[in-house]
Amino acid sequence: MAMTIHVDVVSAEESLFSGVAEVVVVPGEMGELGIYPRHAPLLTRIKPGSVRLKIPDQSKEELIYVSGGMLEVQPSVVTILADTAIRGADLDEARALEVKRAAEDAIKNRASDLDYAQAQAELIEAIAQLRAIQQIRKHTH
Amino acid sequence: MAGSKEIRTKIKSVENTRKITRAMEMVAASKMRKAQERMRAARPYAEKIRNVAAHLSRANPEYKHPFLIKRDTIRNIGLIVVTSDKGLCGGLNTNILRMAVNRMKAWEAQGQKISVCAIGNKGLGFMSRVGASVKSHLTGLGDTPHIEKLIGAVKVMLDAYVGGEIDAIYLSYNSFINTMKQEPKIEQLLPLSGEGMHAPTGVTWDYIYEPDARSVVDELLVRYIESLVYNAVTENQASEQSARMVAMKAASDNAKNVIGELKLVYNKARQAAITKEISEIVGGAAAV
Repeated sequence: MAMTIHVDVVSAEESLFSGVAEVVVVPGEMGELGIYPRHAPLLTRIKPGSVRLKIPDQSKEELIYVSGGMLEVQPSVVTILADTAIRGADLDEARALEVKRAAEDAIKNRASDLDYAQAQAELIEAIAQLRAIQQIRKHTH
Repeated sequence: MAGSKEIRTKIKSVENTRKITRAMEMVAASKMRKAQERMRAARPYAEKIRNVAAHLSRANPEYKHPFLIKRDTIRNIGLIVVTSDKGLCGGLNTNILRMAVNRMKAWEAQGQKISVCAIGNKGLGFMSRVGASVKSHLTGLGDTPHIEKLIGAVKVMLDAYVGGEIDAIYLSYNSFINTMKQEPKIEQLLPLSGEGMHAPTGVTWDYIYEPDARSVVDELLVRYIESLVYNAVTENQASEQSARMVAMKAASDNAKNVIGELKLVYNKARQAAITKEISEIVGGAAAV
């Protein structure tokens, strides 16, 4: 039997693959990496692309698409921390700016005051209803 | 038969309320199951990334990332508050916000300034009402939160941390214990504590880094923080749905009780009216 290596492909939102494989081919940042059992410890970023797994007793290769992430290799374990989002310094920056702007807008518009007013109105209505029930009870007893 | 019509309409309205709360209870029950699954699905990633980070801190001690360095004086604190977007979920948001406010008061008493990152509508509304400085916020995550949306909000805080504007980051959320129990929690996010970072002992080796140690470690730690925040969000959502389910069940039960009482009152009124009528007729016949 051929030597195998344990492979885990996980993303922040779910586990994509967990099992043994003979070879793992990963799109590394510095080029494609083919990882066989007893590879030296390695840590690198991976590019968007597909991870190919050769599973023992299975002629077809398993393909998993990842939009980037990190790869950790240890002699008997390979861990692929896949990103679910497409990353990039500029893109992350844009996301951060968007959130900041939203916070500033919220402060300016004071939408929360509206929420508060609405909640208060609802509370007053509920109290009025309660009072009505109590009055009905008083009258009928 | 005074008041019997009013009682009838009241019964009708309570019945309608009960229908709504019952429906909400069932919706929350099914959403809760999904939220719990998501929460579980997110765990392996956080575990794996923690293992890698643990290996790193052992294998590569000469490069200390800013996230791992504890600052001597803490003057500014960042607080990420995770709440739900919608209400009607019992005391869930109240509990977490009360805890957060108490903690904030304690920090302010020590002369520390606080900036808040609010995730969820309720927290945002509350924090801006009490006049906390809200640095960033994120609302409308929906039932399936995606890490993609969290990146920006987390980055604002991380950038502020790296830039020295804040010296520590805390994360507060409702941790899901079981369907009946959720516990508000405040955890320190940055600087990363050594806890849970224990690598297997007696290993002396280092990774091969591609392209270089610094950038790989940087990215890894950012992802680690993001996964922690994502976990908090998924736990909070599972808590939200189960709290809503329990709250709506209680509301349905209460509505049922109210209907029972009102029916009793209604029947009494009805019988009194009938008795009165009979005695009037009998009295009338006797007079004739």
